[in-house]
Amino acid sequence: MSSFWNIWVWVLTLGTLVGCYILLRWCLKNFAGVKEGESMGHTFDGIEELNNPLPKWWSTFFLLTIIWAFVYIAMYGLGNWTGLLGWKSSNQGVLNIAESKAKTAKYLAKDSGVLVQYDREVAAADAKFGPIFEAYAARSIEDLATDSEALKVGQRLFIQNCAQCHGSDAHGTTGFPNLADKDWLYGGTPEAIKESIMNGRIAAGMMAWEGALGGDQGVKEVAAYVISLSGRSVDPELAKAGQAKFGMCAACHGPEGQGSLALGLPLGAPNLTDNIWLYGGSQRAIEESIRNGRAGVMPPWKDILGEEKVHVISAYVYSLSQD
Amino acid sequence: MTQSNTSAVDYNFDVVRQFTVMTVIWGIVGTFVGVLIAAQLIWPALNFDTPWLTYSRLRPLHTNAVIFAFGTSALFATSYYVVQRTCQTALFGGKLAAFTFWGWQAVILSAAISLPLGYTTSKEYAELEWPIDLLITVVWVAYAVVFFGTLIKRKTSHIYVANWFFGGFIITVAVLHLGNSMAIPLSAMKSYSLYSGAIDAMMQWWYGHNAVGFLLTAGFLGMMYYFVPKQAERPVYSYRLSIVHFWALVSLYIWAGPHHLHYTALPDWAQSVGMVMSVVLFLPSWGGMINGIMTLSGAWHKLRHDPILRFLIVSLSFYGMSTFEGPMMAIKSVNALSHYTDWTVGHVHSGALGWVAMVSIGAMYHLIPILFNQGRMYSIRLINIHFWMHTAGIVLYIVAMWISGVMQGLMWRAVNSDGTLTYSFVESLTASYPFYFIRFLGGVLVVAGFVLMAYNMFKTIGAKDGSLKPVDAA
Repeated sequence: MSSFWNIWVWVLTLGTLVGCYILLRWCLKNFAGVKEGESMGHTFDGIEELNNPLPKWWSTFFLLTIIWAFVYIAMYGLGNWTGLLGWKSSNQGVLNIAESKAKTAKYLAKDSGVLVQYDREVAAADAKFGPIFEAYAARSIEDLATDSEALKVGQRLFIQNCAQCHGSDAHGTTGFPNLADKDWLYGGTPEAIKESIMNGRIAAGMMAWEGALGGDQGVKEVAAYVISLSGRSVDPELAKAGQAKFGMCAACHGPEGQGSLALGLPLGAPNLTDNIWLYGGSQRAIEESIRNGRAGVMPPWKDILGEEKVHVISAYVYSLSQD
Repeated sequence: MTQSNTSAVDYNFDVVRQFTVMTVIWGIVGTFVGVLIAAQLIWPALNFDTPWLTYSRLRPLHTNAVIFAFGTSALFATSYYVVQRTCQTALFGGKLAAFTFWGWQAVILSAAISLPLGYTTSKEYAELEWPIDLLITVVWVAYAVVFFGTLIKRKTSHIYVANWFFGGFIITVAVLHLGNSMAIPLSAMKSYSLYSGAIDAMMQWWYGHNAVGFLLTAGFLGMMYYFVPKQAERPVYSYRLSIVHFWALVSLYIWAGPHHLHYTALPDWAQSVGMVMSVVLFLPSWGGMINGIMTLSGAWHKLRHDPILRFLIVSLSFYGMSTFEGPMMAIKSVNALSHYTDWTVGHVHSGALGWVAMVSIGAMYHLIPILFNQGRMYSIRLINIHFWMHTAGIVLYIVAMWISGVMQGLMWRAVNSDGTLTYSFVESLTASYPFYFIRFLGGVLVVAGFVLMAYNMFKTIGAKDGSLKPVDAA
């Protein structure tokens, strides 16, 4: 804030409080020219006003709040001045994570003279709960997946952070994978699950194929072939024409449509033969996927939750597909 | 004009009558929409799968209807009445007063159409799009001309305290409306705010809290300062108290907005100042309550027989309660629990239903017989029933919201021994349902009370001139 606005803030704030004080002092005196308790002598549509003194408890209380206001401002600051406590709610105004971390480290030091409440609270919470998660982090995901206490913690974290997309039962919904079955896009091993949560996943991207397939007819043909892969009945003529064009799809989905995971590729291209459909399995939904493409994103959680919490969530997710 | 003019002055009561009748009608409409959305929170199917009846569109319709249709019509009616009576002169500006009536009804109608259609600036209590904002500005300037013009040509030497509050409310609402509604129009019904980010938020709550402070507090204190001494037939308790509480209230209220933005991107010092000023505001707010209630000293027995006075005095009790609750909720550590919960909703309604609605209802029951040449309302018994329905409705509403609000606040902050949150959001929602139902019942009582009031009003208006004789004071 420029010094002009700083002075502006100081003058108006203190002026208001001092003004209230002067006003109170003035009205404590009987300036009205008539005795206390008597009528002021003017009437308005029959209404008179008495010149009663301010109630003592009221004026005392008012005075006390004004004094308190000065004390509070002295402690917590005003304008560019941070106050006697050096208190801040958080490191306001930082522009990136690096700057934020640097400031946190700087002000957490005992002799910094600045008290950043948010950072203090986070540090206190880390000190209190950190050991619990450290202990979990030292154990393998497979091991945690058999520990009912660890799974409870993992489930709570899942419900707070993951359920918004994957559902509170982890069964997913259109566009968001079911995590409780055995069908995986990027792998269901403990390591693969943790990797997905830590660093997120961006699907290589299902292109929009309508143009490359020669228009609507091509889309319908390929859709028919894809549907036939999971054993559903389709028009054999259409499916045959679609099969001829499936070579374009095989690069990601594999020659038999078994998905990129079966090929050992981290592309996120689903298995098309198991009748599990991320974006819907109706003929219309499948045609839509082929015609306009699809792109799914799992955000990275490393910086938000930290590796130790992700480790426990990974164990919970892993446990869902273990019988 | 009419024979209700007791003095030689030819008062303009036509516009007062119009605003008075519309106050009661908008009271029914506004609270009915409130009850509908309260019901939607329990039974979401009540939006009938139509976009025009969804909660998100009806909620601003409810707030606009109660604040700007019901509340502001009541302020127009009473300020036009009081300024004439206490200045001993007719309204200034000739047909301008009639223009403010029809102009303001046009604003309300535009809101009632545009909000359900989905046109909104998304600024709370300032949702109306820019063409309607312009109309509001024109009507409000006309209102100021009529009001201050009347003050200037007054026949009394001093300006009565009620008019200080009305005047302060009219000027400040104009400044707030112009400041916060600054926007760049994109098309006929779409605009973008001139401000961005934290500045936009600060402008919005500077406006938002002072809509409460100046429209719903200062304006209605003006109403209180006339109708309480008038109905009680007692002098105002303390002239000096009215001076100190008026000036302290208007100078402190304008600072209180940042308490809506605690723990946000707003600079810390601005949050601190907002909290400090809100707390200091507590005593000046109570000054009005003391002055009103102490006006009754020596005449307490009147409360036993006069339900109109009861409306007025109980409104002051609710005013005192919510102006204690407000500064308390503005304290950061309390706000950390109460913010974003139903506690805020309960607080607003103890102010809106308890203070604003009750003082207006009392004032309307006082005014209607005078405006329509009767000695009293058609049925005093119905006023009494209305009083108890309204009071019971408020108590159900506020208590339900206190409980659910504090419960939500506690559930959201509860953590397990491992530091994870104990409850998911939806669990706190499920736990709130019983209280939503109690709130709904409270709302039904309030609407039913307003319907009784309308019946009583139309019976009074329809009665033969002078046929309803005043009851002798017991």
